[in-house]
Amino acid sequence: MKFEVSNLGCRRGDLRVLSGVSFTLTGGSALILKGPNGSGKTTLLRCLAGLAPPTEGNITAPNEQIVYAGHADGIKSQMTVAENLRFWADVFGQDSIEQALDMFDMHPLANRAAQHLSAGQKRRLGLSRLLVTGRRIWLLDEPTVSLDAESVKTFAKMIDQHLIAGGIAVLATHINLGLKTATELDISQFKARPQDHGNPFLDEDLA
Amino acid sequence: MIALLKRDLALALRSGGGFGLSLAFFLIVVMFVPFGIGPDSGTLAKIAPGILWIGALLACLLSLDRVFQLDFEDGSLDLLATAPLPLEGIVAMKALAHWLTTGLPLSLAAPILGFLLHLPAGTYFWMFLSLLIGTPALSFLGTFGAAITVGLKRGGLLLSLLVLPLYIPTLIFGAQTVVLLADGLSNTTAFAILAALSLFTFAIIPFAAAYALRVNLR
Repeated sequence: MKFEVSNLGCRRGDLRVLSGVSFTLTGGSALILKGPNGSGKTTLLRCLAGLAPPTEGNITAPNEQIVYAGHADGIKSQMTVAENLRFWADVFGQDSIEQALDMFDMHPLANRAAQHLSAGQKRRLGLSRLLVTGRRIWLLDEPTVSLDAESVKTFAKMIDQHLIAGGIAVLATHINLGLKTATELDISQFKARPQDHGNPFLDEDLA
Repeated sequence: MIALLKRDLALALRSGGGFGLSLAFFLIVVMFVPFGIGPDSGTLAKIAPGILWIGALLACLLSLDRVFQLDFEDGSLDLLATAPLPLEGIVAMKALAHWLTTGLPLSLAAPILGFLLHLPAGTYFWMFLSLLIGTPALSFLGTFGAAITVGLKRGGLLLSLLVLPLYIPTLIFGAQTVVLLADGLSNTTAFAILAALSLFTFAIIPFAAAYALRVNLR
């Protein structure tokens, strides 16, 4: 499995944010995106996930293997923890949610309504969702926000296991997870010159 | 996809899901009409099909902004868009879930409320049938409007303005289906056009709404 990005450009709304992003990842490796706030980490991840089309360049990846986890966890507050996981497992055609409940020790919470979870517990549920997708390329946007120190360790272990199993992960994070096979990429070097012409219908090539 | 439908139905039925909202609104509108118009049964019978159709249409409109907005706010929509389901299918399931929780209960309630409005005898079944066949078009057209306005905060007003003109043909032919029958005329043409409108929206809306969603998620 290979995840290759060459000369990629992304925009957020009307604003070109990044250009010339290139990297290659193979199974078992992780990439950590670094950069100050507003440097385009989220924009890049959304582009890689296929939510926004690239303005230039290519993404070569097995699309059916990509899963994205953004700032919001996509948790329905009226449903229980188990029901939330079961839903995503059904969507991705997987059978078991046991492994996902095990990872962050969610069994005691399984039948609790998600609206009664704390922020950290919600995040743990959001991360557990990755395990019920059965996909092997994880795109994670600030995955450790509101996690306690113990859960951050668990999360690092989860990523490690994922990489050992041959998976790929791209993370935007500010903290050091101690991943051995991870490379860091400072994306502020790919900052695009903003061409804010204020007209979303005007093609950039014509401008 | 069935999982998505089941989840949406479960969410609608649970607390804060707004399942009863449309039905209650429909009930209130129709109950108030005799008080406003007066109890003359001749007048009421004449306007009953139109009032029931307008009530159902407005009740349907009331719950439209929930179709995508809640999923957008909690991040589910991003995750669904990257899931292995086609976005067109997601839209169709959302519209179907909206119909099952608004259009279908409204259709079932209409003949009962028709009794309050002295709906002419012999048109009760057609009142039910016209709503049953017509309200799916309302749900699908509304889903399209919801997809266009999904990123907007408080987009309810814009959604209504966008969707109401699209609702007019359904309203005309839906109400005419019953009115013509009450006047002793053949309603076959009106009913056929009503059914055609619904089928037309099934065919085209999932693609249009999915495109609008893709643009809004960028």
